Formats: sequence, structure tokens, C-alpha cells
Amino acid sequence: MAIGEIVRNSQIWKSIFRHPMPLDRRNRIVVMLTNFFLHLHPVSIKKQGIALSFTWCMGGVTFFLFLVETVTGVLLMFYYRPTLEWAYNDILALRDVTSLGILRELHRWGAHAMVITTWLHMYRVFLTGSYKPPREFNWVIGVILLLLTLLLSFTGYLLPWDQLAIWAITVGSNMARASPILGYEGPGQQLLTIGGIDMITDGSDARFGLLGARFVGEETLNRFYVLHCIAIPLATALLLAIHFWRVRKDGGISGPL
Amino acid sequence: MHSNGLFLKDVAGFLGSYYTSLAIMNAVAALILWQKKKQVGWAVVWSAVAGVMMVLASLALSGSAAWVPSLPLSVRNLVNSLSGPVNYTAGTTALFAVLFIFRKFFVQPMVAWTVLNVALLLMGLSMADENFASIVMKPDNVPIVGLVFLLAFFTWVATSQAVVNDERIARGLPPMEKLNDEKVLVWPDLVYTELICMVGVTAFLLVWAIFLQAPLEEPASSVKTPNPSKAPWYFLGLQEMLVYFDPWYAGVVLPSLVVVGLMAMPYLDFNKKGNGYYSIEERKFSYLVYQFGFFELWITLIILGTFLRGPNWNFFGPFEFWSPYKVEVLNNVDLPQMFWVNLLDRPLPRVAAGASTLTQVGTILLREAPGLVVMGAYLLLLPPLLAVTAFRSYYAKMGFIRYMVMVNLMLLMLSLPLKMILRWTLNLKYIISIPEFSLNF
Repeated sequence: MAIGEIVRNSQIWKSIFRHPMPLDRRNRIVVMLTNFFLHLHPVSIKKQGIALSFTWCMGGVTFFLFLVETVTGVLLMFYYRPTLEWAYNDILALRDVTSLGILRELHRWGAHAMVITTWLHMYRVFLTGSYKPPREFNWVIGVILLLLTLLLSFTGYLLPWDQLAIWAITVGSNMARASPILGYEGPGQQLLTIGGIDMITDGSDARFGLLGARFVGEETLNRFYVLHCIAIPLATALLLAIHFWRVRKDGGISGPL
Repeated sequence: MHSNGLFLKDVAGFLGSYYTSLAIMNAVAALILWQKKKQVGWAVVWSAVAGVMMVLASLALSGSAAWVPSLPLSVRNLVNSLSGPVNYTAGTTALFAVLFIFRKFFVQPMVAWTVLNVALLLMGLSMADENFASIVMKPDNVPIVGLVFLLAFFTWVATSQAVVNDERIARGLPPMEKLNDEKVLVWPDLVYTELICMVGVTAFLLVWAIFLQAPLEEPASSVKTPNPSKAPWYFLGLQEMLVYFDPWYAGVVLPSLVVVGLMAMPYLDFNKKGNGYYSIEERKFSYLVYQFGFFELWITLIILGTFLRGPNWNFFGPFEFWSPYKVEVLNNVDLPQMFWVNLLDRPLPRVAAGASTLTQVGTILLREAPGLVVMGAYLLLLPPLLAVTAFRSYYAKMGFIRYMVMVNLMLLMLSLPLKMILRWTLNLKYIISIPEFSLNF
């Protein structure tokens, strides 16, 4: 008996995989139904619906990049401490001292690529009219996922704590200062006054809520770190699950039901 | 600052391999055309191009100013002197219009391939300019260069299918996507494609990560403000809008409207055609609105903000040195100033200190009356006017609420290009300027 067959007939193998090797038509159907990861997909699909010239594979690539970011991100968290004392030095050491020093490159270029593939995925969905009924709501979820992708990239931008980082975040978050009513330099903030006391000041407005301080400092670094590593990825993962589930339930990636 | 020997030696290796890749690319194309498509004429053309690229590669590898292929200094200076926000916007708009109107011509593979070669050649010639290279080669700017080529490629992929489908639909045939209803098993047809994509993306990322180091500047310092200070590249379109609007509108309201507008899109587009296949003719209106927003108001502004905005957010030509001492005259005027002072030759309505709140508000309203009339006409008069003219059939099909949402989103979207044009033609700063309430528009 060939070694492959011995392995596949062993009790261990059979206990892990609930199906025989997908070598014939029957088992290729069974594998899609009994495997946790594969059951996200249907058993069979229109040949046209998976043509690369039609799908560009951009949604799939975006999801794969999300996984790359998760794995490299977790590894980076082993090395990186989000404090004023260590943040910059840890990144420096990661580049110069640590073996596998391209971890940060993978993470950063993967992040840029993910923003781009998200846009391209949306562009494809628009051009094929795939947001039309019955997929209106999945498009809405997609827009939120786009927003979360940008926020993930934005919060991550601060973490190296170099000049590029804090000034990009300063420029970006200065906008919040001008929020109508809720920013202390925004129009209408004078309306939120109780007994002659301003409710919206530079210590209580939208920008302060974003930064945790009046300027980009240690509180901001901590806030962005938690948002970047925990809060936004969790929200993204949840919405991704719904996004994929709806693709299945709404009858594939495009076309009327 | 102009190209010196040291810089050219630094980029020689890159340019050499760049032109070599272009040669290989064209040689492969020639091989495919000759072997598979039996188009010998074109195969000869692209072999010749590959040969030229090899010559360029060896010239570039010399690393000496006399040999490295580059644009003549006079051409670079001409491009710089012609560059500016107005010409840039007008030029890109004209380019998009030409590409759209003559799309049947541009989607032909040989035409598209020629355009790609010309673009890549211009890129290579420009990279021999120190000022151009220093901006384009900034590690965080490299993805934008990739984005431009990816967008061009995928727009070509989509448009060439749409052109075929539109011709078929005009002849009463179904679109290509509806021809084949054959179903295949997901294992192996889809899961293998996914696996290959994953391997491909991983390889691509690894190569990118090995050859291009992530940027790390000096340690953060809250007292040393870099000039220019720029947001991350994907927000530079928003930062560019700050030239024309105050932050409350450019940085908060407009981005929120972009998100709301995108979410509202599937509920506003009542056209049932074009679902599940590429088509332009069947959904021209929504196609043009989306392309205008995506390309004109998002991508070109990002490119402008990244590559052409230097110190003090001044505009710089692609081959211009980013001098922090460049001075641009700013003599923009508010609409009330234009109306009361310049037109009627009267002082701006002003209120004496200590006047009652009512008088103060009244004076502000009087002072801003011209702007309020303009804005009122734009936002309140135009929607019903359009409903009985240009959008008559839309109004009938959409009903009051959906129509009003759509038309208001579109008017607010158009507020950006309109304000740009007003700024360029009339030097208009604000239409409404109420500093008392930090409300400038």
C-alpha cells in the first residue's frame, strides 16, 4: 500500500477529516458539505460566476490580506510595546535586530494592498451591477467594511511613532476638531452651552474623544493600539462573516435571484 | 535641483531592470501573438519594441547623464510650467472623456497594449528625473503608482467586456455572461483558483517586502512640524478638498456624505438592467455618476495631493523641486465682499457692539444675503426644477423621497467641482462666511 493511502486510512486522519479524499464526484460534493472551512461555499456554482475576467478575485484577495494582516499583526504584537518609551525603539529593533525582519514590511504593504483591493472589489461589484436587488444590504455592509478597512489602516499608521506617523494622524484627526456642533472649532458648537458654560471645548469635543487627549500623545497611542488590534478587527471579522453569509443567501455574487 | 551624476548611478540598477522587464513583457506578448493568435505582423512590432527596450536598459545601466534615457530638460520645464490645479483637473477630465467616448477604440487589445507601453515608457523616462523619482519612490507612495496601473488595467478588462455586451444587446442578443449556464463543482474549480490566488498574493507580498523597506522616519516630535504634513495617502483627496472648503465640510460632512451616498446607491438605482454582467449603455447614468465620483473626485485628487502638493500645500509640477520658499499669491475674496463692496460700492453691513441678539443675527443675515440666495436657489430651487425638466422620468419612477435623496446627494457631490471652478475663475473664497458661528461655506 502506498504511504499516502496508509495515512488516509489511519484512524487519526479519519478522525480529523469527516470525508474521504475529494477525488471523485461524490466526495467532491461531500467535502463541501462536511468541512467547516469549505461549507462557506456552495457545492456547485455557475462557471461564469467564477471566471477571473468577471470577478477579478478581488474580494477573495481582500479577505486573504485580512488574514495576512491578522497573522503578521499578532506576531508584531510580540515585539511591540505601545508606549512613548518603547514604541519607536521596538520598531527600530524589529528592523535591525530581529530575524525575519520583513514582518513589518509584510504588514504595512499588506495593509496598503488591502485598501487598494477593497476599492477594486467595490469597483467590480459596481460595474457588474451586483449591488442591485437582492444584494442591496450586502453592499451596505460592504461600505461599512470599506470604512473599517480605512480605519484599521489609519489607526495602524500611528503605531511606529515616527514623524510620519504622528503628523499624518495629527492632520487626519484635526478634521474632527471642525465637526459641526461636536468639534470645538466647528460650526454650531456655540449651541451646546448650558448656563453660559461651553459644553464643547478642546477637552471634550470629538477630536478629544478620538485622541484621548488635546494632542497626539501617549493616550492616543494606547487608544489607537487597542482600536487597531482588538476593537476594529473584531468588528471587521463579524461583518465579514455576515458579508460572506449574505453572498450565499442572496444567491451568489451577482445576477438576479 | 537637477539630475546629478550620483542620483543617476543610484537609479541605474532600477531603471536597467525596469526596461529589461518591459522588454520581456513585450517579447512574451510577441510570442503569444505569433504562436497562438497567428498575428505575425503584430508579433514583429512587439519584438522590435522589446529590442528597443533592451537598448534602453543597457543605456540606463550606464548610469551616466549622457546615456540614461530621460525626457529633455526643455520638455520637463514645459510640463512644469503648464502644470497647475486648473490644467491638471481640466486635463484629467478631458482624458477621461476621450477614453469614455472612444472606448470602442481604446479597448482593442493592440491599442490598449500600445497605451500601456507608452505609459510605462514615460514613467521610465520620468524616473530619470531626480525630483520626480524622489516623490514617486517614497515607500508609501509606491502603492499609489500600483493603484493607477491596476485601475487602468481593470477598467480596460471591464470596459472591453461591456463594449462586447452592449453591441450584443443592441442586436437583441443576451450578454456574454448569460450565454453559459453550465454549473461546475466548487471543488476543484473554485477552491483551486482561490489557492492559486493566495499563493500568488503571498509571493507578490514577499517580493515587495524584501525589495522595499517600510518607511521609518525620525522619532516622533510634537514640536517639529514637517512641511508638508500629509495624512495617509488614501485620505489625501480629502486633504486636497481643504483648499476649497473649510474642514467642517471637506473633512467631516463631505466624507460622511460619501459613505451615506454609497450606502444609499442600491436603493436609489431603480434600473433593473445590468445586474450580473458588464454593461455601460444599459446603465449610462449610474455608470457616469459612479465613475465621476470615483475617478474624478477621489483618485485624481489623491494623485494630486500625493505627487503634486509640496511644502505649504503649494502646487508643484511633476519635475519641479519641492522648494519650501515657493510663494503663491492668495487673493481670494468672499461673496459678501464681492457683492457689497465691489459691486454696490458700500461697506459690509456691520452691527454696533452691544446690540441685541436679534439685531446681530439680522445684520449677519443681511450681510450674507447674496450667499444665502445662491445656496437657497442651489439646494431648494434646483431639485423641483430638475424634477420637471431633466429628471422628469426619474421623478416619476422614484417618488418624492427617493428622488429628493438622490438629487440632494448629487448636488452636494457637485458642490466640490463647482467650488473649484468658482475659485479658479472668480477667486471666490467663501459663498457664505459667518465667522461668528465658525460657519464658512
